[in-house]
Amino acid sequence: MVRYVLRRVVYMLITLFIIATLSFFLMKMLPGSPLNAEDKLSEEQKQIVLEKYGLNDPVPVQYVNYLAGLVKGDLGISFAFSNTPVTDILMDRIGPSAQLGAQALVVGTILGVLLGLIAAVFHNGFLDYTSTIIAVIGTSIPNFVFAGILQYFFASELQWFPVALWGDFKHTVLPTMALMIFPMATAARFVRTEMVEVMGSNYIKTARAKGIGEVGIVFKHGLRNALIPLITVIGPMAVSLMTGSMVIEQIFAIPGIGEQFVNSVIMNDYPTIMGTTLLFAALFVAIILIIDLLYGLIDPRIRIGGNNS
Amino acid sequence: MSKLLEVKDLRVSFHTYNGEVQAVRGVNFHVNKGETLAIVGESGSGKSVTTSAIMGLLPKPQAEIKSGQILFEGEDLVKKSNKEMQKIRGADISMVFQDPMTSLNPTMKVGNQIMEGLIKHQGLSRTEARKKAVELLDQVGIPHPEVRINQYPHQFSGGMRQRVVIAIALACNPKLLIADEPTTALDVTIQAQILELMKDIQKQTESAIIFITHDLGVVANVADRVAVMYAGKIVEMGTVDDIFYDPRHPYTWGLLGSMPTLDSEEEELYAIPGSPPDMLNPPKGDAFAPRNKFALEIDLVKEPPMFQISDTHYAATWLLHEHAPKIEPPASVKKRMEGFAKTGGKA
Ligand SMILES: Nc1ncnc2c1ncn2[C@@H]1O[C@H](COP(=O)(O)OP(=O)(O)OP(=O)(O)O)[C@@H](O)[C@H]1O
Ligand SMILES: [Mg+2]
Repeated sequence: MVRYVLRRVVYMLITLFIIATLSFFLMKMLPGSPLNAEDKLSEEQKQIVLEKYGLNDPVPVQYVNYLAGLVKGDLGISFAFSNTPVTDILMDRIGPSAQLGAQALVVGTILGVLLGLIAAVFHNGFLDYTSTIIAVIGTSIPNFVFAGILQYFFASELQWFPVALWGDFKHTVLPTMALMIFPMATAARFVRTEMVEVMGSNYIKTARAKGIGEVGIVFKHGLRNALIPLITVIGPMAVSLMTGSMVIEQIFAIPGIGEQFVNSVIMNDYPTIMGTTLLFAALFVAIILIIDLLYGLIDPRIRIGGNNS
Repeated sequence: MSKLLEVKDLRVSFHTYNGEVQAVRGVNFHVNKGETLAIVGESGSGKSVTTSAIMGLLPKPQAEIKSGQILFEGEDLVKKSNKEMQKIRGADISMVFQDPMTSLNPTMKVGNQIMEGLIKHQGLSRTEARKKAVELLDQVGIPHPEVRINQYPHQFSGGMRQRVVIAIALACNPKLLIADEPTTALDVTIQAQILELMKDIQKQTESAIIFITHDLGVVANVADRVAVMYAGKIVEMGTVDDIFYDPRHPYTWGLLGSMPTLDSEEEELYAIPGSPPDMLNPPKGDAFAPRNKFALEIDLVKEPPMFQISDTHYAATWLLHEHAPKIEPPASVKKRMEGFAKTGGKA
């Protein structure tokens, strides 16, 4: 088990190294420069700035320096905010993003499981069709559309929640709702399919033949088996939350990583773009590792590093 | 001998997009306390539907019990609510299914799956139920039951899983055990072991068994009485001796004739030609007539009633009518019957 985890961690580091390298050279290949916006700078001033950020060094040297920094956890210095290390910017911004992401993931998954469960139990009935329609809408309409609708009804018309900005919990409600639509719809569709299949399986027949009541059948025998594979879609959900946050944070003016990322792209702030990319990549790879380990813990059929392997 | 279960004129239909599938069309039989009744018949003849009806486990919206009674210890199960049936299922009547690889919950420990019924029906505490579960695993021949009880189904082989399924079915000492092809999915040596186990268990617990199979070899081995089903009806019914030494229905002849034997270097097998009828539109008259080379004209018009041959032996074929021509079973089947008589039914 320990060896398995170690091996996975090494793979994870290799993946991150590749992503760091790719994003580094992609940035180098991009047209434009962080200094474009500041056309007022004289040639001399530009040289000073380029020198300061080490941009006059040959690319391989820059690359080695960048990697050396990475190993120490140093993502470089932002071009846009003078003298602010990228790490500090990200640390500063991660709070709101993490809070929104976690809220959206938890609430979305719970609601999605409920929707999917109801759909499966009332298979082919009215409630099934209703929840399927909700799920299809949720997966096919982009979340910024919901963001606009939510802002219109709950902020502008009903005035229950603030339209935008970051403050207390009330500020998180609308962006969380917009963000959670996708995980909710994904979970609902997934759970419905799994649950319908599980409820038709032979071991459910065995349980019925034992005289177990419907509630026990659905929750003890059905839901557990239908939920285990749900872990596998948490990865894609997490990705949708990370990318979704870029748009949603922009719309709701939330000082999170997503909003920062968009601004960095607009300003050609390469170190921050790369830092954010790496952070997203690291989070994603970590989530996948955690999912695999969790799966092994929850599903008795999968024994990672068991007796023989 | 007193009747434990009596099924009277049971009719079950499925409502499908194409129309009404008449899966069971007026079935009558009974099971005495402590005996084994085998139900044999081709695929689709309605064996599983009949047992699902007894268990109250017919698929909900599609299936309908059109008529009939299922009297268990005198009470009509057809009239019982799902709640009442839950008290009977697993306690008085329990069931062993065909495929042991899929009939256990993959994410629940084997012990818990056995204990569940005990806790529900007998109100045992978890500790008591666990003790009983260990005993049950031991009883069905699983070594190291104290260890095995904490394992998951995937840690068991097919034969071992079927033993676990049997342990679950036996947990509350059912009066009736329904086994729907319990050995079909297993390989031959394991089949024999499971059959031995079921016979042992019946001796110990004295529960009655309905044993469904399309393997007549198994029937001769385990059953006291046999019901032969065709197209949703019982066409012949009798003791094992009646069916093996003195079969009367041409369909039974076909089943016996198509049974492989050890010394089948002999003449060609007497196979049944054609395929079972479409239960969406069951044929007029005797459903078996189109496949029956001994069919009489009346077979195509009027359904034969059950003719009584002896106290225990009945068959539904016009050949038994007093005016019907005397027809002997085909030579190959006759030889087979003589063979059974010599070996005592063991093929
Ligand atoms: N859920 C269902 N919907 C529609 N028709 C069904 C359904 N279940 C069974 N039937 C029909 O009922 C008839 C009897 O099926 P049943 O399963 O009882 O056969 P069986 O004798 O058990 O066959 P086998 O030996 O293959 O198990 C078949 O014609 C089958 O098509
Ligand atoms: Mg069947």
